[in-house]
Amino acid sequence: MIPLEVNGKRQNVDLPGETPLLWTLRDELGLTGTKFGCGMALCGACTVHLDGQAVRSCVTPISAAANKKIVTIEGVGSGAVGRALQAAWVDAGVPQCGYCQAGQIMSAAALLQRTPKPTDTQIDEAMNGNICRCGTYTRIRTAVKQAAAKQGGTQ
Amino acid sequence: MNPLIVANVSRRRFVQGLSLGGLVLAVGYPSAGRAQEQKKFGADGMPNGWVDNPLAFVSIADNGTVTIVCHRSEMGQGVRTGMPMIVADEMEADWKRVRVAQAPGDEKKFGNQDTDGSRSTRHFFEPMRRCGAAARTMLEAAAAERWKVPASEVEAKNHEVVHRPTGRRLSYGELAKAAASQPVPARETLRLKDPKQFRYIGKGQIKLVDGWDIATGKAQYGIDTRLPGMLYAVVARPPVYGGKVANFDPAEALKVPGVERVVQIADSEPPAMFNPVGGVAVLARNTYAAIQGRRALKIKWDDGPNASYDSKAYKASLEESARKPGTVVRNDGDFTAAAAGAARRHEAEYYVPHLAHATMEPPAATARIEKGKCEVWACVQSPQATRDLVAKRVGMSADDVTVHVTLLGGGFGRKSKPDYAVEAAALSKAVEGKPVKVTWTREDDLHNSYYHTVSVEHLEAGVDAQGKPVAWLHRSVAPTIISTFKADAKNEAPFELGMGVINVPFAIPNVRIENPEAVAHTRIGWFRSVSNIPHAFAVQSFVAELAAAAGRDPKDYLLDVIGPARQVSPETLGDTWNHGESPERYPVDTGRLRRVVETVAREAGWGRKLPKGHGLGIAAHYSFVSYIAAVVEVAVDDKGGLTVPRVDMAVDCGATVNPDRVRSQMEGACVMGLGIATLGEISFKDGRVEQDNFNAYEVTRMSGAPRLIRVHIIPGDYSKPMGGVGEPGVPPIPPALCNAIFAATGKRIRRLPIRDQLKA
Repeated sequence: MIPLEVNGKRQNVDLPGETPLLWTLRDELGLTGTKFGCGMALCGACTVHLDGQAVRSCVTPISAAANKKIVTIEGVGSGAVGRALQAAWVDAGVPQCGYCQAGQIMSAAALLQRTPKPTDTQIDEAMNGNICRCGTYTRIRTAVKQAAAKQGGTQ
Repeated sequence: MNPLIVANVSRRRFVQGLSLGGLVLAVGYPSAGRAQEQKKFGADGMPNGWVDNPLAFVSIADNGTVTIVCHRSEMGQGVRTGMPMIVADEMEADWKRVRVAQAPGDEKKFGNQDTDGSRSTRHFFEPMRRCGAAARTMLEAAAAERWKVPASEVEAKNHEVVHRPTGRRLSYGELAKAAASQPVPARETLRLKDPKQFRYIGKGQIKLVDGWDIATGKAQYGIDTRLPGMLYAVVARPPVYGGKVANFDPAEALKVPGVERVVQIADSEPPAMFNPVGGVAVLARNTYAAIQGRRALKIKWDDGPNASYDSKAYKASLEESARKPGTVVRNDGDFTAAAAGAARRHEAEYYVPHLAHATMEPPAATARIEKGKCEVWACVQSPQATRDLVAKRVGMSADDVTVHVTLLGGGFGRKSKPDYAVEAAALSKAVEGKPVKVTWTREDDLHNSYYHTVSVEHLEAGVDAQGKPVAWLHRSVAPTIISTFKADAKNEAPFELGMGVINVPFAIPNVRIENPEAVAHTRIGWFRSVSNIPHAFAVQSFVAELAAAAGRDPKDYLLDVIGPARQVSPETLGDTWNHGESPERYPVDTGRLRRVVETVAREAGWGRKLPKGHGLGIAAHYSFVSYIAAVVEVAVDDKGGLTVPRVDMAVDCGATVNPDRVRSQMEGACVMGLGIATLGEISFKDGRVEQDNFNAYEVTRMSGAPRLIRVHIIPGDYSKPMGGVGEPGVPPIPPALCNAIFAATGKRIRRLPIRDQLKA
């Protein structure tokens, strides 16, 4: 049994410790918002937060996530930064197919939590690990800046 | 819920196009049988045509919630917002009280559902308007009956019906039951709105219906289906097209914790069509266990006749073919004589490799067989074909198969081919009907795709003393998509030639287009924009090369080659396909092509002063009955590194329903086009794909995306035919980029992808 704390909820999973967090979230815990894209930390679709850091859950074994705070797209909106990003994503009409956007938002949330006013270069660097095959990158930049501005204005 | 949908859905005859005559017709290319029938165009020419019956598409609950069915697949183009918006506008529904329901695969009920060919809006704008107008008329009739007043005194407005003389009002919820029992009005009696009264169409203020679900992780894609007792499957498939399992040993796989079953999927002989390619499936408690189990499988493959497919050798063979005459598919004037008498001659060859769609959501589907019924949940662009093929595979009637269409995490043509949904059904059948989800890993996706063709385009021109072309030869050599359905097909089909080879409307008197043969050694399939990609790359690069040779401005030269504004019948260009549209309604309009060139040049500041190392390139292309031109600004550093600060695109697709989604499709097409130009390549060695994942099959990331993409939409008229949007944005981008690179560096790119060609 491996104890996991996902979006504030503690639960034990009965799986081998090397099982990637991605498949544990999706197949065992029913949290399908976190997406599979490559299985090799190349595309960012599976990004979640582990103690506030953005990690690729497809290469994170659950043994390494035990007793840490895991936040997924289903939980990130309970924080102000996550909520602001989600609102900005809808407002700027970022998604096309939408499949990669959970990972994009998780990477953006980690960025804004550590760098509330990122420059274009900082945005590009933080987001470069997240592939969007529909090509929504220019709107992602817009939405990240919009969320950052809103955070700055209210806090 | 008290739905308008009642038993009597055949009150008005559904107008249908051709019946589904097997896959050949389903995938939409002309066959001999079809040619003998009266030729039909647009939605009429598609299997099962269109339906505009409000009883199929609209229901109203007592509380006033209006549910509108979207029968096309959502893959990022915004169709689940756009289609219902058309209905809502015409029926005067308040968008805030509209819900969207996704249709299962059922073309008899909903009309054609093949979401491909950039067709949804242009084929269904009018049927969906009529559907909304009919629902509005039924609500008005119900109110008039209730008030016992003439129907001419009542008017539907924003979710209620008003009696004008007295100001009395009834809400749509109050009228739902009575409206449902009204007869559906005859089509010719419907009053459509004056476009000036549109509330939503063309306004662009409506947000995506799935936007919030996407941003919060609630949206359901094909890969997200979960059913009680479901097994998770991955499949080891033959690495070579046409290969088979010689033998396999499941023992080690079955020892992996969580693995429950190992099941062989029957081989299928080429041509592939939409059949699974066969292989060995591992079914497990979760996807990871299935992947680990598959690693432990011992399989010996019999590779078959394509085991020597090698992209380097194949390129050389295509080049050899391109340098010899081939089947003449268009012949105006006398190329040979005109070229012989020309002041100068030019020649160039262009290469575009295989590509894989690499949708971010890989192919995935779930199936369950219970009490003689099969249910499938799948991210498919072709739900009716999925239903028919699943039925055939599991030995049921299509009436006993339901295909639930999920959101598609990208489509780009890959998900037109439902082989993965058939796999899920076959596996469910093999495990006594238990629910089975098949997930393709990224490696599976890249190794067993239906690839974009690979092509060599050979161009020759003879120019007069001013450098203007008087003779034009284009030899296009590429394995055809038809080979996926008919193994011995070696020539491009009319629909491939009609994607920017024969239907180039240039003002050149002597034109010869040839198509030498090419043999396919893998599954060739539709990839967003299809053959327009290599054709536009070659044609628009070559025109720029001729401009440079003539010492002319590339934009002015392009306009000269297009010639004066005129309407060209596609038939006079040898194009019998014309994207399936009527040649009278959709002539090739060089005035519209000129206008996008002129617009994009003006908006991009063509001729503006640029920093050192920067260059502007222009290209224009007509495809999917829309006209697009692009200006790319490139920056090339002294080490040959390339960035794209800005792209301008002008689009004339006729009138628009959701202009923000037209913009987003152009932005996405721009990014995908840049990826094709700079990075994308699938190559084969020993019959096997060499790229495993995104480290080798690279796609554009944020650092490679333009800093700024500006989209200029030419205003359209709702009374005129509409054009496509999803695909036509891609083709002009690679040549515009390469023309910009030439402007910046003097280096001409003729082989894609660019990769390190700029690095000296």
